[in-house]
Amino acid sequence: MEKNGLGSLETELRLGLPGGGGEVEIKNEKKRGFSDCYGGGENKNQVVGWPPVAAYRRKNVFNGGKMYVKVSMDGAPFLRKVDLSMHKGYSELVKALEELFGCYGIGEALKDEEDKCEYVPIYEDKDGDWMLLGDVPWQMFTESCKRLRIMKRADANGMGLHAKDLLKGLSKED
Amino acid sequence: MDPDPKKSKVLTSNLPNSNGSSHPHSPFPDEVLEKVLSLIDSHKDRNSVSLVCKDWYNAERWTRSNLFIGNCYSVSPEIVARRFTKIKSVTLKGKPRFSDFNMLPRDWGANVHSWMVTFAKAYPFLEELRLKRMRVSDQSMELLAKSFPHFRALSLSSCDGFTDDGLKAITTHCGNLTELDIQDSVTADIGGGWLSCFPENFSSLEILNFSSLSSEVSFEALERLVSRCRSLRVLKVNDIITLDQLQRLLVHAPLLTELGTGSFLQELTPRQYEDIESAFGNCKNLRVLSGLWDATSFYIPVLYGACSGLTFLNMSDTVLQSGELAKLLAHCPNLRRLWVTDSVGDKGLEAVGSSCPLLEELRVFPADPYDLDHRHGVTELGFLAVSRGCRKLRYVLYFCRRMTNAAVVTIVQNCPDFTHFRLCIMNPRQPDYLTNEPMDEAFGAVAKTCTKLQRLSVSGLLTDTTFEYIGKYAKNLETLSVAFAGSSDRGMQCVLEGCPKLRKLEIRDCPFGNAALLSGLKKYEMMRSLWMSACNLTMKGCRLLAREMPRLNVEVIKDEGSDEIQADKVYVYRSVAGPRQDAPPIVLTL
Repeated sequence: MEKNGLGSLETELRLGLPGGGGEVEIKNEKKRGFSDCYGGGENKNQVVGWPPVAAYRRKNVFNGGKMYVKVSMDGAPFLRKVDLSMHKGYSELVKALEELFGCYGIGEALKDEEDKCEYVPIYEDKDGDWMLLGDVPWQMFTESCKRLRIMKRADANGMGLHAKDLLKGLSKED
Repeated sequence: MDPDPKKSKVLTSNLPNSNGSSHPHSPFPDEVLEKVLSLIDSHKDRNSVSLVCKDWYNAERWTRSNLFIGNCYSVSPEIVARRFTKIKSVTLKGKPRFSDFNMLPRDWGANVHSWMVTFAKAYPFLEELRLKRMRVSDQSMELLAKSFPHFRALSLSSCDGFTDDGLKAITTHCGNLTELDIQDSVTADIGGGWLSCFPENFSSLEILNFSSLSSEVSFEALERLVSRCRSLRVLKVNDIITLDQLQRLLVHAPLLTELGTGSFLQELTPRQYEDIESAFGNCKNLRVLSGLWDATSFYIPVLYGACSGLTFLNMSDTVLQSGELAKLLAHCPNLRRLWVTDSVGDKGLEAVGSSCPLLEELRVFPADPYDLDHRHGVTELGFLAVSRGCRKLRYVLYFCRRMTNAAVVTIVQNCPDFTHFRLCIMNPRQPDYLTNEPMDEAFGAVAKTCTKLQRLSVSGLLTDTTFEYIGKYAKNLETLSVAFAGSSDRGMQCVLEGCPKLRKLEIRDCPFGNAALLSGLKKYEMMRSLWMSACNLTMKGCRLLAREMPRLNVEVIKDEGSDEIQADKVYVYRSVAGPRQDAPPIVLTL
């Protein structure tokens, strides 16, 4: 397992997020967020609420706290924001996006082989490149995503993105 | 002055409503007494005054206009409304501090609504409401907006439960609003329509802070609002607002004393860069600066023109490097308070030491709390450097990954005036990294040297010795936070027996058990609250406490998978209102 800022499975003392107890605002699920992303959900060594950095203390760079990124959708007048740390994987994120914009097609594109959905979700990474959602493992995505865009497929096709690629990327996620 | 009142005070002190009934030789008429008492602002003084005799109790309660309730469950709205009749300003605090670290269930309580309902009936002239760690629903906000025609100031710190609808009610209906201050909000994106609901002729705003709300607001509405509110002195926007938008706002409000910028990352043309630079240069009254999300070395220089009068610089939302900080501090000779992230490193803190001789408060937050590589952040060297240059330091919050006893001893010798010393060595139970010894001597030195110490947070490997020191020397200590420390019950006992002014004690993951808990029986009624989680408490011990001390509320939350015996999270607080009625099922009231 790759080493990263959130801790690897090899260390004995696991340092969990302030949110390790769960962003219980949504769906009353406990121990969500990164503790589950890293398969540490069952590890009793995780230390909830330590170090004592308050949940509201947002940071720019990925740090295990809240990870708000802006989301724009082609044709929608306002930007929205999503907290990536509240989701365990791509399917949850996509569902949240669908609810945010009232557009229930985004998820379809990731399931079907055919180009049924009008929209394609993409994101800008740390290097400033625009990437297709679902290509990299979820945790790597959350580390590098700076913002999201739900693009019209018509524009996407011009860039050579295909549903097949979307599916391929998504199957990497558990 | 007639000596009799003083005599009756000695006789009847601590006995409210006892034989201190109408003093036969009452030296002055009620009106005079009330006039005199109305000049007293401090609620602590007022509480003392109210204990003198019944006359004074009544005169005090009829003249109190500011209400401060440090624990919303210590008293009920009804009791408050019966006692005080002329309240104009209320400060109300709810959840225990550890809720900031997600240690409480979401529906734990501290809902303001029952208070709002009572206030709507009892205090129609209410002007100010300041809430901390409370749950505020849209329904409560709507009630607020409709019930108080003179309402001026709403301050919400670490509150949640509201959405755009609630805020819309406030901005639509509170025509005399001077302050809307939302800090450290933990809400998700609630929507930004509220800002557009200020009426077009509304112009009374003096303080506006929505920096912690992540929603997009209409910039046009914001710009119009700022340009017509000529008395606006505090403006803190969120990171949706861009640099060039900020420039336009500053042009309308050059007299701001406090500014929270939006996002500092934007590609600007040279002309735009000049414009924002000159806009900052025109802000001659700026004392407080914050926000600065994504600020980089290219853009920070635009601030320089506004820095000469700065007393508080909050860079804790920016990942700054040492060089950038050093250059910025060179422009801030009057700094009293500085908040940074540990990305500035020891080198950055050296710059603090050399550039900020007037510094009184330093907070260093971890940019990446889970960085197990220990490659980043600050060490004892940075803290030492600050202490050498900033002798007036009295408040420090310092997150680090290594510390030594010797360093802390030197630090407090350099700066003996600490009132708040919060040191967080981020790896639990970590010893002095040079000697491998516990950090007892470090905190012993703090307790002994800093005679004015009011608040202390300890960390690192600590034995009971630390707590012996604290109990012996920290005579002004009011708030103590302990984590992963101590060897036995004796540690906690030393503190409970030794610190006469202790009001708040919060403990997690320490080997303190029932004996320690029960040693403080008499003390807890003189304190605001006690929190103990992941210690060695059992349900039996907690039940015993509850039985012996009926005026304490003892609440237990059991963790998932815990057995019947353990009391995982325990919250004890004094109350004249009895056990609370709104506890969710997971909170057991004993």
